[in-house]
Amino acid sequence: MGAVEKPRTGVAAPSAWEYASAPESREIVAFEKRYGLFIGGDHVSPRSRSWFTTLSPSTEEPLAEVAQGGPKDVALAVDAAREAFRTWSRRKPSERAKVLFRIARVLQERARELAVAESLDGGKPIKESRDVDLPLAAAHFFYYAGWADKLEYAFPGRRPRPLGVAAQIVPWNFPLLMLSWKIAPALACGNTVVLKPAETTPLTALLFADVCRQAEVPPGVVNVVTGDGATGAHLVRERGIDKVAFTGSTEVGKAIQRELAGRDVSLTLELGGKAANVVFEDCALDQAVEGIVNGIYFNQGHVCCAGSRLLVQESIHDQLVRKLKRRMATLRVGDPLDKNTDVGAINSSAQLERISELVQSGVDEGAELYQPPCRLPEKGWWFAPAVFTNVAQSHRIAREEIFGPVLSVLTFRTPDEAVEKANNTMYGLSAGVWTEKGSRILWMADRLRSGVVWGNTFNRFDPSSPFGGYKESGFGREGGRHGLEAYLRFE
Amino acid sequence: MSQTLALPRALELPGGGRLPRLGAVDAVALEGRAADLAKRSIKRESKLFALELAIRMIDLTTLEGADTPGKVRALSVKAIRPDPGDAAVPPVAAVCVYPTLVGVARRTVAGSGVKVASVATAFPSGQSAREVKLADVRSAVEAGADEVDMVIDRGAFLSGRIAQVYDEIVAVKEACGDAHLKVILETGELGTYDAVRRASLVAIAGGADFIKTSTGKVSPAATLPVTLCMLEVIRDVHDETGLVVGMKPAGGIRTAKQAIQYLCLLHETLGVDWLTPDRFRLGASSLLNDLLLQLRKQRTGIYRSPDEFTVD
Amino acid sequence: MSTRLPVRKTYKLYIGGSFPRSESGRTLELEGHNVARASRKDARDAVVAARKAVAPWSGATAYNRGQVLYRLAETMETRTDALAAVSSGRREVARAIDRVVWYAGWADKLAQVLGSSNPVAGPYFNFTIPEPTGVVAVIAADEPPLDALVSRVVPALVGGNAVVAVASEAHPLAAIELAEAIATSDVPPGVVNVLTGLRTELAPVLAAHMDVNAIDVTGADGDAATLESLAAENVKRVVRAKEDRSPWEIAAFMELKTVWHPIGR
Repeated sequence: MGAVEKPRTGVAAPSAWEYASAPESREIVAFEKRYGLFIGGDHVSPRSRSWFTTLSPSTEEPLAEVAQGGPKDVALAVDAAREAFRTWSRRKPSERAKVLFRIARVLQERARELAVAESLDGGKPIKESRDVDLPLAAAHFFYYAGWADKLEYAFPGRRPRPLGVAAQIVPWNFPLLMLSWKIAPALACGNTVVLKPAETTPLTALLFADVCRQAEVPPGVVNVVTGDGATGAHLVRERGIDKVAFTGSTEVGKAIQRELAGRDVSLTLELGGKAANVVFEDCALDQAVEGIVNGIYFNQGHVCCAGSRLLVQESIHDQLVRKLKRRMATLRVGDPLDKNTDVGAINSSAQLERISELVQSGVDEGAELYQPPCRLPEKGWWFAPAVFTNVAQSHRIAREEIFGPVLSVLTFRTPDEAVEKANNTMYGLSAGVWTEKGSRILWMADRLRSGVVWGNTFNRFDPSSPFGGYKESGFGREGGRHGLEAYLRFE
Repeated sequence: MSQTLALPRALELPGGGRLPRLGAVDAVALEGRAADLAKRSIKRESKLFALELAIRMIDLTTLEGADTPGKVRALSVKAIRPDPGDAAVPPVAAVCVYPTLVGVARRTVAGSGVKVASVATAFPSGQSAREVKLADVRSAVEAGADEVDMVIDRGAFLSGRIAQVYDEIVAVKEACGDAHLKVILETGELGTYDAVRRASLVAIAGGADFIKTSTGKVSPAATLPVTLCMLEVIRDVHDETGLVVGMKPAGGIRTAKQAIQYLCLLHETLGVDWLTPDRFRLGASSLLNDLLLQLRKQRTGIYRSPDEFTVD
Repeated sequence: MSTRLPVRKTYKLYIGGSFPRSESGRTLELEGHNVARASRKDARDAVVAARKAVAPWSGATAYNRGQVLYRLAETMETRTDALAAVSSGRREVARAIDRVVWYAGWADKLAQVLGSSNPVAGPYFNFTIPEPTGVVAVIAADEPPLDALVSRVVPALVGGNAVVAVASEAHPLAAIELAEAIATSDVPPGVVNVLTGLRTELAPVLAAHMDVNAIDVTGADGDAATLESLAAENVKRVVRAKEDRSPWEIAAFMELKTVWHPIGR
């Protein structure tokens, strides 16, 4: 019978098949040279008279100048929001709903333009901003639009009322999507907002101001104050706010919680994570590999709920790692606007430094590093996908959030040990469980101390699905009926 | 906790080596991955390469009750020279016909390098006695078929008689002699990807040179997810044993765009070594003209008309 | 220059996404027009079309259904004048459109309000989810001409049901105008079917039809008891409007499924 392979006549395989670049056109988006602050429905120059430049992390090219909001600017924005709250909160809820439905529609209509802007400003692949960020952003507005006039059904026995002015600070990893997670429920509940986008990714928030214009959002209901961490601090210190919603690092989250102590300001926090992706020997192996890869390399690992710790059952460790490394080698790292790019640029040089430092610590502490060969562009900030094997719980790379495309692989023997190791962290945002046994997924879900558990999947988000953390990953939930609570008080 | 394949005890893989674990396939994740790979955007040089490769991978097929020598002759001429207006367009890999027409095909393609593949084993249903099926195979081989495309006994498979399915493949492989064996799983009838994975392993264990999705007579025929599932089995077998098994999606691939999606799937699952007609075929008929049309469009930059290409 | 003769609309039935005449060829003169007089065979065809549409419509994501219904509100909005001309006026049309928007927003929230995860006394994960009942017959009330129909059809649609509606005899034109808005929206063919004609001929056929899962008798007036009796033959769910707008109006057209699964290593 046939030996390893019968010789055949025919054409030999090529040595490589390079995909030619398939760039999404940049022309669809036109940035202003300079963006003022969006306050009270107008674009205004900052009282601080201070500006800074936002760069494209894949090329280091400057994209636009944006304002550095100072304390006076923040105060003006909060005043505008307070003023607008008087009418907005009294408007018929079904009319508020219609405004939100309109925002959803405009986001769908301008999806491509916003996706390109997002990829340029933040560095993520166009494939993701186009297929994940934008559709989910529109969906969030759509979902919460529907709640605006149905709040009495969301909380049996309670009478919901808006809080007032919500100060919202969002991070640079999913700028427009995080904006949607914040603004949609806030507005649906009758609040007005002052949003501070991240320092390195202000542009889609500023374009969102134009979406508000098209949707005829009343002036002052949505205000955008750009700036760095100091601007965020001013905003949190402002006396006129009723609520703070923050997504970002645990360190800053703690600072905000300290600042708000003793003040009558409602708070929700969505902070960092060090999620365990637990893979049992009876998993669907190739699909588990996909889930692991998606879990840590999606969005360059700039994901709070990233599956940064792979806990694999020891009996399949070698086979899984082999498959994983081979799969990593097919990841395409490069120009975010290339439709075939899987992994984009690191968001900033500061973040690249943090990642590099932690990776070095992994090497120093004795873990084994693998990175597939990658041709990285000359300019811009890049990090080839990395995986560490022989990692111990005590290694820094197993305890600290890296927020980059770096996976740490640890092993376990039994479900109990998996639970113990997965929970052995100050964080508690998310976890993944891979097994073909349904009862085990539910058993693990029962015991994992994390706000989100993904069974045989990872990084799935939906506006109807509540998201948020346990422990130092924060408190409060975004999405779903539960996500309304953050923006209401109850008489 | 890994499951062993329900095969007769004295199982040997051609060339030795242990069969990979049966395992499971998560349908949602598999389909998600296939959909992601289908989004690859292939442009310019890489597209030209892919179109030309796809043409060389085609098993140009006619399997109709109404097939006549005239029809098969015309098909075979097209197989040798797909685009009469462009001699640079290569011939396809093979023509695929019923056993009674193998002779006609053989005489027409003689000397061109195009292979003759024949279906057999009571294609497409496989619902005949073992002897009849083996005689069918022999008739094709005697008529000069280079390749035999058999169907597995789905009735036996779906009622749990896996050993019977396996034995039949072994017997057919023997009857093939030097002819290459493609084993058609008829994935559209198997119901789950887990079953497709199991059937693939049984076929490979039985001696398949190629595993093939469909007869083209049942819907759904080839799909990207089912192809991915089968390619993953081939990858596991290759990892465990070094054995090289080819794959052929058949039926339902009508456009160049789809063909390129299949090639992306292949490339990213098994790598560049599998980008050859020796390891991958496309079972199709109308696909060829769309490939020719797209090839000419890529070369000239102008959208073409189907009228520019001969029907056979 | 003589005045221009307008091209008058022909009012036909709406079945399976198309506008056929009655297979019986009959018409009735209602509201100044020849309106199709649907027969029992048309009703039968409508049920077949609805049944065929149930699987894809209920299988769509709730988000998708919500978006489709919102788009229906869009197409109704652009037809405001046409709808106002055959109903009590623009106020009613605005109310009907806003009702569609209101219900559209429920699609992706129903499971959260109508469903539950249940804390059973044992190591089992137990959850209850609402599912559409299937094909729903709606006997439309006479007033208000447009909103009465919308107020019963849309709650049935939100959860994933397909509907066969018997238009009011007093106001068939509003029903067909609505059907045109539906036909130009993204509502798939067969999800909504509208029969114009005599209620006394059509309602009993649907009430007795063995492949109809629920019947809304809000508009049946004095005939409700007869219809309820006929409905018993296949244990049809008999539904009546209770509130003007409420998720419980949607729930009336839904089944509840409870699933158990062990929790264990």
